[in-house]
Amino acid sequence: MSEKLLTGWGLTAATRADVTLPTTAEEARAALAAARANGGGIIARGLGRAYGDAAQSAGGHVIDLTALARVHHFEAGDATSATSPPTITVDAGLSLDALMRTLVPLGYFVPVTAGTRYVTVGGAFASDIHGKNHHVEGSFSQHVTELSLLLASGEVRALRPDGPTAPAFWATAGGMGLTGIILAATIRLLPITSAYLRVDTERVDNLDDCMRRMSERDDEYRYSVAWIDSLATGSSMGRAVLTRGDHADPAELSRRKQKAPLAYAPTPRLSAPPWVPPGLLRPATVHAFNEVWFRKSPRRHTGYESIPFFFHPLDGVLEWNRIYGRSGFIQYQLSVPLGAEETVRQSLGRLSAARCPSFLTVLKRFGPANPGPLSFPQPGWTLTVDVPAALEGLGPLLDGLDEMVVAAGGRIYLSKDSRLRSDLLPAMYPRLDEWRAARDELDPDHVFSSDLSRRLGLT
Amino acid sequence: MNDALGGVQTVLVLGGTSELALATLVALDLRPGAKVALAGRDHAALSAIEVPTSGGGFATVVPLVWDAAETASGPAVIVEAVKALGDIDMVLVAAGILGDTPRAETDTAHAVDILTINLVGVAAAMLPAAAQLRAQGHGTIVVFSSVAGLRGRRANYVYGASKAGLDALAEGLQSSLAGSGAKVLVVRPGFVRTKMTTHLEDAPFATTPEAVGEAVAEAVRKGREAIHVPKLLGPVFAGFRLLPRPIFRKLPG
Repeated sequence: MSEKLLTGWGLTAATRADVTLPTTAEEARAALAAARANGGGIIARGLGRAYGDAAQSAGGHVIDLTALARVHHFEAGDATSATSPPTITVDAGLSLDALMRTLVPLGYFVPVTAGTRYVTVGGAFASDIHGKNHHVEGSFSQHVTELSLLLASGEVRALRPDGPTAPAFWATAGGMGLTGIILAATIRLLPITSAYLRVDTERVDNLDDCMRRMSERDDEYRYSVAWIDSLATGSSMGRAVLTRGDHADPAELSRRKQKAPLAYAPTPRLSAPPWVPPGLLRPATVHAFNEVWFRKSPRRHTGYESIPFFFHPLDGVLEWNRIYGRSGFIQYQLSVPLGAEETVRQSLGRLSAARCPSFLTVLKRFGPANPGPLSFPQPGWTLTVDVPAALEGLGPLLDGLDEMVVAAGGRIYLSKDSRLRSDLLPAMYPRLDEWRAARDELDPDHVFSSDLSRRLGLT
Repeated sequence: MNDALGGVQTVLVLGGTSELALATLVALDLRPGAKVALAGRDHAALSAIEVPTSGGGFATVVPLVWDAAETASGPAVIVEAVKALGDIDMVLVAAGILGDTPRAETDTAHAVDILTINLVGVAAAMLPAAAQLRAQGHGTIVVFSSVAGLRGRRANYVYGASKAGLDALAEGLQSSLAGSGAKVLVVRPGFVRTKMTTHLEDAPFATTPEAVGEAVAEAVRKGREAIHVPKLLGPVFAGFRLLPRPIFRKLPG
């Protein structure tokens, strides 16, 4: 046990907790029992990629699961049958990065990946992460066939998405680690024949055009996302680069790539400097970056991209979170139902008008929701923006967006949150009481809590 | 809990009727549901205070009777505050009297009062508050020091001595709390126009409680460790401290 000051990926609101690092499920159980005896809130933590305070517990205990990272079992399944897909059973602390390094050369891909592969399986489930394929394949938890959950009592329970354990399974999907500690999961895999993607890139002139194209033709692609120039205003507000694609067949690839179509060796190329000149991220510099990014993209183009380039461009820069400076940053992600396009437009308009220097502004069309009461995705639109926390007037700006989002029947993503007004939570997650009832069954004494859950009154 | 933008949900004010503290509470723009414990001598006056929140509402205010002159009561007021608030996200240390330094030169009891209230009594509550924040693993202590503590001047050196002591206590606590999740912000205002100073003429760089409140809220948001209000007093007093004594003595006041 050691005392550590922890923050999320946004580097804001550090708090101190006792951290333990179990290496086996038995050690995790012992760590939980010891923490419980000690008092204070307990929460599991993976690779710390949640942007806000979801995986920290001020004055309490954090159980770091990254050393619980073994592969248990692989099932090749029957490729011709939908009822017996290939699956892998792994410890919760295994990262998607490790999983891909193991699986891609064998011809399998993870069912869902976030914009970073440095997340653990447990974290992916507890945040119910989504990726560029949400519109057709849903979120991470929908590809998990069995989950092993360590309850506050010390009991280990096997949960499945249907049958008697379904309520517990879905309360844990997107449940922010507050129902128990995820120890292991069985994940359905996607067979692939190459480590490359065929990607259609289109430059679109404004937000309406972007949303129209996504609505019309997203379903023809497994993966789709739009990068948006957050500083473009007026008639070009929301001008974007839309990239959509699917896994490529080896036959499509160049001769050189055909020699080893499944070769996969992602390496971080750069590391952000430990000291960033203050004022690097000014609207002017971001504006210049966005201009170049937009202009360099072809009007229309089909090409082939590697898995890291297509899915995880920011993982190429280690510790990129430091470029926002000492005060850290906030990633604000909203979702609104289909029909609330006007809310997306107004949100983007306000952010552009405030000259929010955001490198990463992303628009995605979500497909159907899953049964998880706290799962974030719902059919509609999701907009993600990075903003330096030191930006003048940021608090009131985001509070205003929250109110617009609530009015449109939308919500914000808890795994990104670090500043939501707690009284808006029930409106954003109307099935909160249903989640609390399921949580009370699993953790009747409310042993599990995090800074996020205390700040928002979740627990 | 503290949020990513310096927002707080619970605040304890030591010196609950202090105009600087109340202006700070307003500038913090608390959210609906915020709880504020106001510790001071006058229960009726504390109960009458309203703290606005964003969206047009008011924070829940809990008055706590506490007299800094009763130095033994320091730990108890922190226990009461935790009962009322749970985790304390922020402590505003604002209790104090200006006193009358020329009078204190002959009226020793008055000198003892100034030093007892401003330094001993405040420390007796601030140190247990710091222990509470250390155990919580988070929280911010905002200490209202004064530029008067930076160099002893004949007009107010007894007050200045109490603030110099408080300032050193705050700075040391800042180092002691490093890595604990709890933080200290030292605020050094110059002359502030309040009921404490109505009988005095404005000094140079005079400011208002509102300006101090805004400066504190900004410093909390940006995670600063020490500020002067107005800002210019930082370099001015850095210069004052270097001034040779014979010249310093010739300055008015």
